[in-house]
Amino acid sequence: MNSQTATAEAQAASALDGDLLRVEGLVKYFPIKAGVFKHTVGQVRAVDGVDLTVRPGETLGIVGESGCGKTTLGRTIIKLLEPTAGKIYFDGRDITGFGRRQMRPVRRDIQIVFQDPYASLNPRMTVREIVAEPLRIHGLYHRQEGRRRVEELLRTVGLSPEHANRFPHEFSGGQRQRIGVARALALNPKMMVLDEPVSALDVSIQAQVVNLLDKLQDEFGLTYLFIAHDLSVVRHVSDRVAVMYLGKVIEVGSRKQIYEAPMHPYTQALLSAVPIESPFQRGRRSRIVLEGDVPSPANPPSGCRFRTRCWKAQEICAEEEPALVPRAGGDHPVACHFAEVMKPLELESTPVGQIGVEPPTTAL
Amino acid sequence: MPDPILQVKNLTVEFKTEDGVVHAVTDVSWDLAPGEILGIVGESGSGKSVSVMSILGLIPSPPGRIASGEALFKGEDLLTLPKRRLREIRGGPMAMIFQDPMTSLNPVLTIGDQIGEAITVHNPGTSDGDVKKRTVELLELVGVPFAERRVRQYPHEFSGGMRQRAMIAMAIANNPSILIADEPTTALDVTIQAQIVEVLKAAQRETHAATVLITHDLGLVAELADRVVVMYAGRVVELSDVFAMFDKPGHPYTVGLMNSLAKLDTDQGRLEPIPGQPPSLVSPPPGCAFHPRCQLSHGRAICRTEVPPLRPFAAGGSSHVSAGHVSACHFADELTAGHLQAEAAGPVS
Repeated sequence: MNSQTATAEAQAASALDGDLLRVEGLVKYFPIKAGVFKHTVGQVRAVDGVDLTVRPGETLGIVGESGCGKTTLGRTIIKLLEPTAGKIYFDGRDITGFGRRQMRPVRRDIQIVFQDPYASLNPRMTVREIVAEPLRIHGLYHRQEGRRRVEELLRTVGLSPEHANRFPHEFSGGQRQRIGVARALALNPKMMVLDEPVSALDVSIQAQVVNLLDKLQDEFGLTYLFIAHDLSVVRHVSDRVAVMYLGKVIEVGSRKQIYEAPMHPYTQALLSAVPIESPFQRGRRSRIVLEGDVPSPANPPSGCRFRTRCWKAQEICAEEEPALVPRAGGDHPVACHFAEVMKPLELESTPVGQIGVEPPTTAL
Repeated sequence: MPDPILQVKNLTVEFKTEDGVVHAVTDVSWDLAPGEILGIVGESGSGKSVSVMSILGLIPSPPGRIASGEALFKGEDLLTLPKRRLREIRGGPMAMIFQDPMTSLNPVLTIGDQIGEAITVHNPGTSDGDVKKRTVELLELVGVPFAERRVRQYPHEFSGGMRQRAMIAMAIANNPSILIADEPTTALDVTIQAQIVEVLKAAQRETHAATVLITHDLGLVAELADRVVVMYAGRVVELSDVFAMFDKPGHPYTVGLMNSLAKLDTDQGRLEPIPGQPPSLVSPPPGCAFHPRCQLSHGRAICRTEVPPLRPFAAGGSSHVSAGHVSACHFADELTAGHLQAEAAGPVS
């Protein structure tokens, strides 16, 4: 048994090959129950076969629209949700089958910061208790030292130690998010899963929190999995970016590859859909207006899941699911039969039209 | 500028709360020209929504109270109109599109019934056949596929984007001369946002309605607006033609907002956030409400003592003063295009 475990771990370690986190074929389905007896009548395929690697010290951004599975992916990776299938390797170990007790030491190394700073802090606990909680759970809180550690953590995230005795409701959204970050930092983790950490904040405050996360990464050599729908923020923080659609990663590459030479039609549409940054750019960026809505993850289209909204779709797209591999001379993986570089962010010197399907605008 | 279709003058709105009086909107004035798109930008709590909702008689009172001001629409002051007359105007010549179409549509009526109702309330005596025909036309105009069939569906059978289209169809049903859109794309995903922006453009082309676009998204303003009102802590801090504002922002808050945004099309070093927190509206800072966060004030006394009036300025010391571009900053003349002269002028805490 022991030797078996040892071999398995050795295999995992070699499989990691210097990666801090590796996810292979990760699947998370949620059952749909109906009727008096709560029969399972279907599955929501929130995450449906995701492969990812995260190297030590880097930030991997995960972008996608609501319902694409990015939040479920983050929560499954840190085992807040049990994976349906697939493997999760963290820091040289296969943690897929780990139970609560086995996960405890792993949780010291991998922490999460949630989107909503209003819901993720216990309103009855003081800031000191909130930040000290992970230390207490892991038996690392020792009176004087513990107090000092909490105060040091508050200073690290830009709050003052006097804040320690107050309650969450006394703080603004940005400050609450700092408290959440301090709590995540308490155990000196190697990696943080940041699930939409700034999207609930006002723009003038978002930049403060983004800069704080930047600073902490430099200071403590942290590795980030940064989940967000805001493409501009993801560009700013990420070294590499994975784009998700309906439970799958459809393109993954360096920041430069994804933003400056995206190859998947969905990535291209997503980038082109973001409002321009200045009125002087009006009509000088081609906009791909996609038809329709994201299909239900309970009943995804056959073949390529994006084909129902894709202007390039052919027969093969319905028949054969495109693998996430480098294509068409590119050197980053993209899951499209017709992958091709397009530069949706490049400005044209003369106004351009639209690609894709505009809503019918029959005159009245 | 042609004669404005709507004139808001010195609007002040307060809310009585347990913590004291919240000064949600203070001394706000702007004009809306026929056919233009006026963007009102600001962060949460800046008063952008409250200012417009109070004009429409849509703030709960109590606790809300319009303390002073006028809102002139075709010679009538909306703030003093009887409720009945205001109801005739809302949904008729002035129509609204809200952020969350799920809460603003009636879940137990079909989409067709709701659009039909919007038509018949303001045009009693329209025949059923005409109402139906017009409803389908409107849904087609806003890009709802299979409109004939979908008029019989309920809001829950529509996706978020489709619901927002239905809302827009309802808003333009009576050919409004003013369209008020409060965060019309905020609740939607980016690819759906892009669709709705196109629908809004189409709706505006179709009706030529003057549009008030309330948003926190500078990108949406850049994309759609002709003129912009920037609000901070319940006051207008800058009012400008959209091109002039992006070219030479006239208020340190506007500059701060632009600088703090992550950019989609370039790699940046560190972001430049606006330091500090938005102020309390119960006891806003004296003088200019932005002064505690301002990188241009340098602790000058006047910023703490006097509320700066909106006035034209000469950006970057140039002699060019644009009459339509006003800023409520004592030192707007010291701003250079897109930058604060913080370093040059002295230390900033």
